[in-house]
Amino acid sequence: MSTRATRRAVNATMTVVCALGLIVALMPLASVLWLVISNGLRGLNLDFFVQLPTPVGEAGGGVGNAILGSLYIVGIASAIGVPLGVGAGVYLAERGGGRAGDVIRFTAEVLSGVPSIIVGIVAYGLVVVSMRRFSALAGGVALAVLMVPTLARSTEELVRLVPGALREASLALGVPEWRTSLRVVLRTALGGIMTAVLLSVARAAGETAPLLFTSLNNQYWNWRADQPTASLTVQIFNYAVSPYQDWHDKAWSAALVLLLLVGILSLLARFLARSRFGAQR
Amino acid sequence: MTAAARPKVEVHDLNAWFRGVHALRGVSLSVPGNTVLAIIGPSGCGKSTFVRCINRMHELVPGAHQSGHILVDGKDLHARGVDPVDLRRRVGMVFQRANPFPTMSILDNVVAGLKLNGVRGNHAEIAEKSLRQAALWDEVKDRLHTSALSLSGGQQQRLCIARALTIGPEVLLMDEPASALDPIATAKIEELIRELREQLTIVIVTHNMQQAARVSDTTAFFYLGELVEHGPTEQIFTNPKESRTEDYVTGKFG
Repeated sequence: MSTRATRRAVNATMTVVCALGLIVALMPLASVLWLVISNGLRGLNLDFFVQLPTPVGEAGGGVGNAILGSLYIVGIASAIGVPLGVGAGVYLAERGGGRAGDVIRFTAEVLSGVPSIIVGIVAYGLVVVSMRRFSALAGGVALAVLMVPTLARSTEELVRLVPGALREASLALGVPEWRTSLRVVLRTALGGIMTAVLLSVARAAGETAPLLFTSLNNQYWNWRADQPTASLTVQIFNYAVSPYQDWHDKAWSAALVLLLLVGILSLLARFLARSRFGAQR
Repeated sequence: MTAAARPKVEVHDLNAWFRGVHALRGVSLSVPGNTVLAIIGPSGCGKSTFVRCINRMHELVPGAHQSGHILVDGKDLHARGVDPVDLRRRVGMVFQRANPFPTMSILDNVVAGLKLNGVRGNHAEIAEKSLRQAALWDEVKDRLHTSALSLSGGQQQRLCIARALTIGPEVLLMDEPASALDPIATAKIEELIRELREQLTIVIVTHNMQQAARVSDTTAFFYLGELVEHGPTEQIFTNPKESRTEDYVTGKFG
């Protein structure tokens, strides 16, 4: 038998509690952004994006090769991981009702729980040892292994969201099942899948551990997939653990560049989800 | 409609199950060409399962199976060499709820059956013909490239009929096509059924007995998976042989 006044009081209290919760949850994000921007912005100029790293004490220089390397390695990872992950997801959604589906789903879950450094060791054993050198390819393989399970599960969820009525509509028009899966079901889920792909790419771009002993690092420009390749994350790691203030500053700036890169990818994902790739409204 | 002509669709002792439910029990009937068969009966009596057997959509449901024979133009649907994909191009289907493809424009929806199957040709012309047949052309001709979801429910359903007509079926199965529509849209679809009867054979499932009486030549009454009675529509509604049919059409149950 609460009166109007007590109901209002409860409502106001709960609103404040919720708002406080939101602020607490956003605090880490805000502090990370603030720290990286305030420390990284100083060292940021055009040269930083296009120049090679310089030795300690030498002014100028940049992380151009690491930016390129990150894009290169993530590109290789996407070329391997996206078709596998999306393909597995479509299979799970369309044909994953039986035992095979359960096994794949369980495997994907286990795989997505494997620490990324372990995935790096596996890629080292598989690719680096057999090729006898560190390479962008090895880094790409390691990142691809990280992308596949999460991509498979999110694709599965997105494909499942496509109404069964659309499948039936297509089949009833005499469209074979495989073409229905590709051109109706997958097409309808495409906006969501693009978002999932870009988010997993953004996540892969931020990985350091799997790259440490797969793509290693490189002080120079590298265009070859079978050579050690610089990446932003490993470069940040190397700069950050060094004893030099000069390099520490560069680590902050490189971190800001990485943050920008990942931010752009996430924004692109949101944009694509709403654009013509999504369902028309 | 000559008596000697072979029926377009013949069903012999059809039984169907899904997930252990015996949905159809020994149904036999035939549909002459260029006629409309209406299927009536209370919910869960197997009406939908029956039509879904005729274009082999039933067997796509996990756990579904069936026995008996269905013949279209005298040829068994499950005979060796009959491809369900080809069959579904000859036996079209319109569903209870309009299901246009949300990612496609109105035009692309109408010709989806051609496009998805890689059939070339003058799609715009074919689309116009189907849309005119479905009595939708005048309402959409100025916005063929807008999303199909911008249409009203009744227009979407006629769009789905146009889409089914585009691939040139000989038999059209309609599973309660007007159950979600207002009376005006329903009247348009009934008008359409009467016109389409000139070109093809129609099997329509309906909950609406007035609708069955208005559009069909023969009516079949299903109850608990059994075909209780099948005869000329007028006879079913005025002088049924079975007492259960009479109870149902006079509204005593169901």
